[in-house]
Amino acid sequence: MKLPVARQAHNHPAWWAYFVHRVSGLALAAFLPLHFWALATAMKGSAGLDAFLRFADRPLFKLGEWGLVVLLAMHMAGGVRVMLIEFRPWSGLRKDWIAAACGFAIATGLAFALALVH
Amino acid sequence: MSTLRVSIWRGRDDGRFVTYEVPRQASQTVLDVVTHVQRHVDPSLSYRFACRVGMCGSCAMTVNGVARWTCRTHVSKVVDGKSSNRGGVPVSRPAPMATSDAGDAAVDGTTEGSDGDGGSLTIAPLANLPVIKDLVTDMREFFDKWARAKGQFKGASTRQDDFARVMPASPQRRLADAGIECIGCGVCYASCDVVAWRPDFAGPAALNRAWTLVNDVRDVQQPQRLRAVAGDAGCHACHTQGSCTERCPKQLAPTAAIAGLKRATARAAMRGKL
Amino acid sequence: MSAATQARHWYWQRISAMVLAACVLVHLVTIVYAVRSGLSGEALLARTRGSVAFAVFYTMFVLACAVHVPIGLARIAEEWLGWRERASALAARAVALAIVAMGLRAVYAMVFA
Repeated sequence: MKLPVARQAHNHPAWWAYFVHRVSGLALAAFLPLHFWALATAMKGSAGLDAFLRFADRPLFKLGEWGLVVLLAMHMAGGVRVMLIEFRPWSGLRKDWIAAACGFAIATGLAFALALVH
Repeated sequence: MSTLRVSIWRGRDDGRFVTYEVPRQASQTVLDVVTHVQRHVDPSLSYRFACRVGMCGSCAMTVNGVARWTCRTHVSKVVDGKSSNRGGVPVSRPAPMATSDAGDAAVDGTTEGSDGDGGSLTIAPLANLPVIKDLVTDMREFFDKWARAKGQFKGASTRQDDFARVMPASPQRRLADAGIECIGCGVCYASCDVVAWRPDFAGPAALNRAWTLVNDVRDVQQPQRLRAVAGDAGCHACHTQGSCTERCPKQLAPTAAIAGLKRATARAAMRGKL
Repeated sequence: MSAATQARHWYWQRISAMVLAACVLVHLVTIVYAVRSGLSGEALLARTRGSVAFAVFYTMFVLACAVHVPIGLARIAEEWLGWRERASALAARAVALAIVAMGLRAVYAMVFA
């Protein structure tokens, strides 16, 4: 047998922060063209935009949007952490910022959810 | 006295785990366990060690999936299973050194363990390095990367010159100090995903070394060094996963060193001086 | 790609990240505010049509994305999919152009069309 890759080595907060940052970045990049395309329906005036908004007005879409907003918040706050590590004097892997990023994402997700049901 | 079930990698990159039973002792290190197997069970087992006190950096292995220096890793800290003595219960008697015959003077620090229930360990060679045999890896590439990252000091003064005066409190001296205690064990290198993804990547240890020299005011090959550590084979491939910093047994922070190199090299690149 | 180019890419990704961090913060507030008052094409366009501030802000947002996203995607393609550097660099350039084109088109549609 081949020497197995040890996954336990990954199991610490900074690695998970990296992983979430990468996966959220990937998801946001995939969403970006869709978002631009949707906005461009406004080219035909509000009727075009409304047609899309009606199409997107279903629970699964809302859930997806909500997820993307949370990922965006997470990617942003996680990115700020990376830049603090890279540009500010060293003060550890800044795990407080990992917690803060999670908190920020949760708060943003709640605010968005509240706005959705409003 | 309880016994420990130890699965040890045997063979090269292609091999298998073989399970041994080793008497569980107080204050037993993972290196003690491997040494017991080699001396009392299977003398053909290959592994490296030298100082046994955390100075030489030769005994690093993958213990239960995590790279560690085995001479200073107590079994009680890493063992799987209930008699891990995790609560830090002080052990009454120091363990006999490796000279002891495993049966006689053994003191089991764990109180609840019955026969055979000393927990289990899985010990493999370091990751990201070719395996020569069993727990011995080929470290050549690891150290060649130090050399390629311009890890050698080169000064300009001769024996006729006076001593260079570097103030201990100066910022650069402090930055160099932060990374100077590296023992070259390879734990960071084995823990890094980017090393696995990009075989050219210099790795945390080599970049940490380069950063201590970037901050050495006496060194005269700074431009060459920055060139050697820039880009995707150097510091800019790092994604701040932090495994090197998390796992370094000397509690150094290669992530900090790499961040410093990222800034220094990018600055040079933006000024067209790289 | 030379090490100097790679170092500059790192630098530009961080600079764009700083711009994006500010943009995203504003964008998140905008999203929550817009969704709160119910999404309708008319309501949205009433606020965006002819708004220079909207156009400037989102043009900047799109351009920062066009710098930031391709560099990240190229890394992932190389590290997770094993793409060669030449292929990932070409793909990154295509993604950058697509983001600029589609993004500016969207801004145009919301503000001027």
